[in-house]
Amino acid sequence: MAEQDTVFRARGLTKIYRMGEVEVHALRGIDLELSAGELVVLLGPSGSGKSTLLNILGGLDTPTSSEVFYLDRNLSAAGEEALTLFRRDHVGFVFQFYNLIPSLTAKENVAAVTEISRSPMRPEEALRLVGLGERLDHFPAQLSGGEQQRVAIARAIAKNPVVLLCDEPTGALDSATGVIVLEALEKVNRELGTLTVLITHNAGIADMADRVIRLSDGKIVEERRNATKKSARDLSW
Amino acid sequence: MTALNLKLLRDLWHMRGQALAIAAVIAGGVATLVMALSTYDSLVGTRDLFYRDYRFAQVFANLKRAPDGYAARLAEIPGVERLETRVVAVVKLEVEGFTDPITGVLSSLPNTGQPLLNTLHLKRGRWLTPYSGDEVIVSDTFADAHGLHPGDTVHAVINGKRKALTLVGVALSPEYVYQIAPGAMFPDFKRYGVLWMGRHALAAAYDMDGAFNNVSLSLTPGADEQAVIDRLDGLLARYGGIGAYGRKDQFSNRFLSEELKQLQTTATVFPSIFLGVAAFLLNVVVTRLIATQREQIAILKAFGYRHLAIGWHYLKLVLAVAFIGVAGGVALGAWFGQGLAGVYMELYRFPYLDYVLNPGVIAIALGVAGFAAASGTLLAVGRAVRLPPAEGMRPETPMVYRATLLERLGLQRLLNQPSRMILRHIERRPLKSLLTVFGIACAGGLMMVGNYQRGAIDFMVDIQFRQAAREDLAVGFIEPTSGRALHELAQLPGVRHVEGFRDVAANLRFGQYHYRSAVYGIEPDGLLHRSLDRNLRPVQVPPGGIVLTDHLANNILRVKTGDLLTVEVLEGRRQVLRVPVLGITRQYLGVSAYMRREDLNTLLKEGEVVSGAYLGHEPDAAADLYGRLHDRPRVLGMVAHAAAIKSFYATLGEFVLFFNMVATLLAATIAFGVVYNSARIALSERGRELASLRVLGFTHGEIAYILLGELAVLTLAAIPLGFLVGAGLCGILVVAFETDLYRLPLVLEPYNFALSASVVTVSAVVSGLLVWRQLGRLDLVGVLKTRE
Repeated sequence: MAEQDTVFRARGLTKIYRMGEVEVHALRGIDLELSAGELVVLLGPSGSGKSTLLNILGGLDTPTSSEVFYLDRNLSAAGEEALTLFRRDHVGFVFQFYNLIPSLTAKENVAAVTEISRSPMRPEEALRLVGLGERLDHFPAQLSGGEQQRVAIARAIAKNPVVLLCDEPTGALDSATGVIVLEALEKVNRELGTLTVLITHNAGIADMADRVIRLSDGKIVEERRNATKKSARDLSW
Repeated sequence: MTALNLKLLRDLWHMRGQALAIAAVIAGGVATLVMALSTYDSLVGTRDLFYRDYRFAQVFANLKRAPDGYAARLAEIPGVERLETRVVAVVKLEVEGFTDPITGVLSSLPNTGQPLLNTLHLKRGRWLTPYSGDEVIVSDTFADAHGLHPGDTVHAVINGKRKALTLVGVALSPEYVYQIAPGAMFPDFKRYGVLWMGRHALAAAYDMDGAFNNVSLSLTPGADEQAVIDRLDGLLARYGGIGAYGRKDQFSNRFLSEELKQLQTTATVFPSIFLGVAAFLLNVVVTRLIATQREQIAILKAFGYRHLAIGWHYLKLVLAVAFIGVAGGVALGAWFGQGLAGVYMELYRFPYLDYVLNPGVIAIALGVAGFAAASGTLLAVGRAVRLPPAEGMRPETPMVYRATLLERLGLQRLLNQPSRMILRHIERRPLKSLLTVFGIACAGGLMMVGNYQRGAIDFMVDIQFRQAAREDLAVGFIEPTSGRALHELAQLPGVRHVEGFRDVAANLRFGQYHYRSAVYGIEPDGLLHRSLDRNLRPVQVPPGGIVLTDHLANNILRVKTGDLLTVEVLEGRRQVLRVPVLGITRQYLGVSAYMRREDLNTLLKEGEVVSGAYLGHEPDAAADLYGRLHDRPRVLGMVAHAAAIKSFYATLGEFVLFFNMVATLLAATIAFGVVYNSARIALSERGRELASLRVLGFTHGEIAYILLGELAVLTLAAIPLGFLVGAGLCGILVVAFETDLYRLPLVLEPYNFALSASVVTVSAVVSGLLVWRQLGRLDLVGVLKTRE
């Protein structure tokens, strides 16, 4: 990848949580570069630091030491307001438990984000992209888990983000449904060229990535490029 | 509509039960405010309008007798605008079929045309015919009380002569808005009446031909009232004037002002307490409500919504609820206010009621409710947005529980597992538990505020009429009479005991403070009329000085035992006396100054003289005794206590009852709103935990025990605390309600406590049942699917 395509850059990233009297070292010196259009899978067991890393990249959390750059912007030095605008304009999130607003329909959940974005797509368009063009007016409670997660993906991509951050997007789903969700992510990555970072502890999913980064105990223990990417349709676990 | 506003509307609809409960709390507070203030504003406005339209005089004077020609001299006093002389006679009245003594005031109207001042509002019938001989117009309270109509006849004993009077009209007067017999504690419309009669006829019957004994006048703008009064006193002194006075001392106006002052206090204190408590509760409820939205706030933050936008979103939600409460409260308050004003109209006779709901009142309600809601919301939202979104979306880290005090004491054997969970949960969040307890306690305290007055009034009446003024009948003579008259009274059949008294109109003065009242000379060792010390035990009036009741001494004249009080006598030789204050006694009703009768006689340089007598009589002798006294020409009037108490409960009682009913209703609404919200919020905070327990095999009953057991423990703790809060609030009211008319003692009856406890308990049980139903609908599968 060419240097100018680098979206995120971090050196020696650490994060320490203080839980009462205990210090938890969530990240212990991570060096990382992520480039535009990549599909990156972060692998690792619970507590390995994947979510912490993702949250810091998405501006939901700040590192304890060292710096993270988004393009030429230093996120570690950004204030609350700057981080809010960063999230609003550049980042799409997909969470394990969908986190839809229960009182809003699929379309309205997407609209809640597009209403504050600079150049969003129409909510209907985003939902069509994830294959939910027919379920615009359903409330979360009327949708299956896979459908809810696809609404969450539509919500995340509708703002045309530079980066899509997904924290265990299939973690709460069965394998068949999970594949449908992954197909949606794959399609977004391919068609919109969005840098997609996907957290999972499921090694099977890693085969669809351009690059796989394995974390353990707050450190990167392995980094590899897949010579041939598998299509999401061909995955199973 | 934006997606966020849609969310707002749907969230509101989803939490409608809870929203209504919160709105009810606000409505309770606002309704109290609107009811009290609108009633007050309406009555004050109506009074001012009535006084103006019917030319209520500004200065009044009574005298023995002055020739008609003298009126021109009086009218020349600088500052006098209009002046009118009248003949006013206190008479005994007879209405067919009514045996109790009736005191009447006969006031003259000009022989032709309308009076210059104090004009009448004719309600029914017609005006007097010019120079009529026996026609009268009667006050509407008296006519209503006896069912009198134009064409009926009443009899009056004027100067010892019995005269038949034909009723031609029923009217209201600005001079008698509050009709209460001189010396009486309460209005009694059956036993006190005001009648208007042609000047010519009344003067003839009262030996006042070519003379007058009453002056009223209005002032030119900017005139000095006190200067006019002083000049008038000077000019009337040689005609037996007993001290001119302004509106502020005019009998009806003074009572009306005191009552309105009382109402104003009610309008300030009650709503302050109700709205204050409601605001506090609203704040607590809203804070907890927002705390349950932590996850949604985190999502909105992750999307890139600003703190301000999130705060505004929730503020709109809470303000919508607050607005529903304010709107409901205003509507309810206006409705109650009109009812209350109606009750007042029974007591105060105005020709019309100008009911006004001041926009300022609504603005206050909106302001207070809005502030309480907003501060609670912003505080809670502020706390929620401070959390990094990543943390907000994670389940809260398990709280650090500890073994409770009971368990540390080694008493865990006594508790099963669910009970331990209840106690640990309460002990884990002591501040939140405390706030819940305090919130419910406030609601319970309000219940006591709503209904304590009744017991206090019962106590006050009991002390006044069964401990202090124990006479069955107070008899007043036409003029001071030799003490021998007492022996005559004692001889009447059925009379058990007679005590004479001498009362004299006087202005009491100490330093800059003064009070126009009367000094009562009573028997020091009297059995009927007694003074009570601070512990409500009878005490003798000591010789050589004066004894004042507590409110008069402490709050009006600010005099202490040992001080020298100036007594300006307003009758006879109008002496100015310096008398030492020898004691301060307790009295809840009215204010009085007492001396030994012999001391007062000596100071006034008169012999053994009485102006009236207190009588104790056999219960069945009343009717016969009334008849015999009525026939005695020297007896001017009588006040029967049993009748006075009865009429008090019929009139003031109705008002108190109405007010108490409304206040209790509103307090109960608030109480329910608070308890229900506490239960509902506990459910949303712990729903997931309880559903997990259901999955683990706990029964519906067992998880209900964990949740509702906590509510029960907190409610039980709140009830006694509520007693304390209630007693404190009642104490504030007692201090706030001190007026010349009466001071309510702080007396709390067992039923005050019982009502408070039972309303809180019933609210808790009903809320418990509602929550029980909701526990049955917990989404067990959902719990398995999501997080924990």
